Amino acid sequence: MQLIECPWCGLREEVEFYYGGQAHVAYPEDPAGLSDEEWAHYVFFRDNPKGRFAERWSHSAGCRRWFNAIRDTATYRFERVYRLDDPKPVIP
Amino acid sequence: MAELLRTHPLEAWATAFERLPDTVGTTVEPFVAMVDVRLGALGPEVSAALGVDLPTAVNTWVPTDSGWAVWLGPDEWLLSSTAETPEEFEARVRSAVLPLGGAAVDVSAQRIGLRLTGARVRDVLARGCAIDLHPRVFGRGSSAQTTLGLAGVVLLGLSDTGDDYLLLVRSSFAGYLADWLLDAALEFTPTHKS
Ligand SMILES: [Zn+2]
Repeated sequence: MQLIECPWCGLREEVEFYYGGQAHVAYPEDPAGLSDEEWAHYVFFRDNPKGRFAERWSHSAGCRRWFNAIRDTATYRFERVYRLDDPKPVIP
Repeated sequence: MAELLRTHPLEAWATAFERLPDTVGTTVEPFVAMVDVRLGALGPEVSAALGVDLPTAVNTWVPTDSGWAVWLGPDEWLLSSTAETPEEFEARVRSAVLPLGGAAVDVSAQRIGLRLTGARVRDVLARGCAIDLHPRVFGRGSSAQTTLGLAGVVLLGLSDTGDDYLLLVRSSFAGYLADWLLDAALEFTPTHKS
């Protein structure tokens, strides 16, 4: 089974984690000012890259903390994990 | 008037545990009071009020006067006490952390404890847990919130020789985990009388 590194607990089995979708999706500054279409884009529309993707994960069976990870969607390799208050890492 | 009897969720497994050889010893721990603490920042006043320095190193536990304190997360701990009722324990811990913006909740009924002792219990745990439990990295003072089989558990290392662990499991999963442990211990268990 694949091991995922929790930024707090260290390497744990994949089944201990919960997937939270794309990371760094900012809440709209003025939600009431959005059209239905703009709101739908914020709520439902996500990137779907082949390759590196910044995602949210939760260590749900361990410390239950959310964190971010850069995962390659083609290889399923976790290239970097980082805490929510860390900036998005730049990987060469 | 019906009499309310307090029974243990693993009462029905006691005989099966007794039959296990010492190398995979499994015993049910007595009920203890437990409190879950949430607190953003630790300070000397917390240590003074609680009588213990809550562990800040991840995946560790420390002994206290009447139990243990386990790191569950960067702002969360699980504390136990055998010296007080759950109500008294909760009130004492709450009075210590509430002024600092923390919270303390009695979770005594949430989990029960199983003590695993013997030279092969590490092999039993390895059947359903990917964490490296070698005493070199998981000795006395180590802890982990993880899954064993399909059950969420808190595992405490009690010795530096890899033969003594405390396993905390939610009461409703205890029967499943007891069956799982007996199955995982089967290869270390004599199946016929000689
Ligand atoms: Zn974790």
